[in-house]
Amino acid sequence: MKAKVSLDGRYMPSEDVVARNIEGELIIVPLVAGIGDLEDELFTLNETGKAIWDRLDGRKKLNEVLAELSAEFEAPVGEIEKDLIGLVEELSRRKILVAVK
Amino acid sequence: MVEQGNPYITRVSSQNASLWKTVKPTLSDLDIELTERCNNNCVHCCINLPADDAVAKKRELSTAAIKDILKEAASLGCLTVRFTGGEPLLRDDFEEIYLYARKTGLKVLLFTNATLITPSVAELLSRIPLLEEIEVTVYGMKRSSYEAITRAPGSFEAAWRGINLLLEKKVPFVAKSALLPPNREEVEDFETWASTIPWMDAAPSYSVFFDLHCRRNAKKNELIRSLRPTPEEGVAFLARRYKQRIKEMKQFCSGFIGPPGDDLFSCGAGTGGACVDAYGNLQLCMGLRHPKTVYDLHKGSLKEALNCFFPEVRAMKATQPEYLVRCARCFLKGLCEQCPAKSWAEHGTLDTPVEYLCEIAHAEARQLGLLAEKEMGWDVKDWRERIQNPSEESENEPRN
Repeated sequence: MKAKVSLDGRYMPSEDVVARNIEGELIIVPLVAGIGDLEDELFTLNETGKAIWDRLDGRKKLNEVLAELSAEFEAPVGEIEKDLIGLVEELSRRKILVAVK
Repeated sequence: MVEQGNPYITRVSSQNASLWKTVKPTLSDLDIELTERCNNNCVHCCINLPADDAVAKKRELSTAAIKDILKEAASLGCLTVRFTGGEPLLRDDFEEIYLYARKTGLKVLLFTNATLITPSVAELLSRIPLLEEIEVTVYGMKRSSYEAITRAPGSFEAAWRGINLLLEKKVPFVAKSALLPPNREEVEDFETWASTIPWMDAAPSYSVFFDLHCRRNAKKNELIRSLRPTPEEGVAFLARRYKQRIKEMKQFCSGFIGPPGDDLFSCGAGTGGACVDAYGNLQLCMGLRHPKTVYDLHKGSLKEALNCFFPEVRAMKATQPEYLVRCARCFLKGLCEQCPAKSWAEHGTLDTPVEYLCEIAHAEARQLGLLAEKEMGWDVKDWRERIQNPSEESENEPRN
């Protein structure tokens, strides 16, 4: 089930994962059971995913993150917004990201 | 595997070696022998000290020292730590060390006899998964065979209680065994049971040709030698799934066979991986404990050892005349377990040929059709052709 994600929301990495930067690869290592579909699953993010992840600090709202990404990347805002929402939805569904209240 | 609709996140099995697209980290995996002590007293074991050995316990790395090593390992890119022993669960601080490793972002591989898996340990391993399958050694399917090997009364019930807890809590594990006289008749029973373990995707592995004692204990070595199968018996056991074994070995030979010359290290030991013994000595592999090849982590860092000390050790050359005549010129190197660690355990040197290993490699090569009877690997000049076209006899199952 997809988590409902709003551009007004703030998100941060869950305490149930450990994010590691190894030789330029961002690797998300689950700490608790139930994050991956398999017992031994890890997650990596590509460059776009990393650019989004690095900005999800629990302080910035997603629309602020969107503004930053739009300033940095030469892509239509609508496309960046779709990427941002899609990734946050997926990582929230997997409990890798949590919404900050 | 790319997430559907999410091209930015990739799910990767932790077994996936292609995690590193460009540069591999300085350290990929680390083995830590948490203790040499064990609550079993297995007849064939190359390491175990008594569980209540107070002197050994006092010498062991402290909790803080182990945490420091784990922290530095993670900073060097390490993704997997293997906790082994002795029996790693004997340490009172096992749960604390385990949690620290996992919170540092390390996957944990645990080697255990399962006898000390309590409900609370199983609960912890279920809640905070290891991300690697535990490897449980099962010594027998009956109390009589199991305890004839472990020489620890009550260990059979304790092991099966632990195994059942892992099953109940759905903690992934695989089973393996050691082929010894008391359990030789139970291979089929063991394999039938092992096939019911949800995480076993292949037949269980066995220790067959036992290593001598890692601290060169002469009395223990006498016992271990008496338990070793003959090379022919051991090779025949490994070849009982004949076609599969022949296929695997031929594939292996095509890539990893050929004379090593005078390089002592033709394996990958110390490149991307390392082992820490129970007292803080860093080794290229768990068996290599020759004083010239170990690095005291009390006196230096993991990084220093990996970047400076290990390359010096790996650059060592063989000088022993017999080794240079035989092993250095033998094309069966890929089949043979001769290495500095085995030479150390057997002879106290780094480069003395180990007859038992030589005989095993030759028995295996004959079975694969790479050698004729009485032919020796170091005398063969046309080894490249033989690897491409082994004798057709090897295609047929051996006659008993």
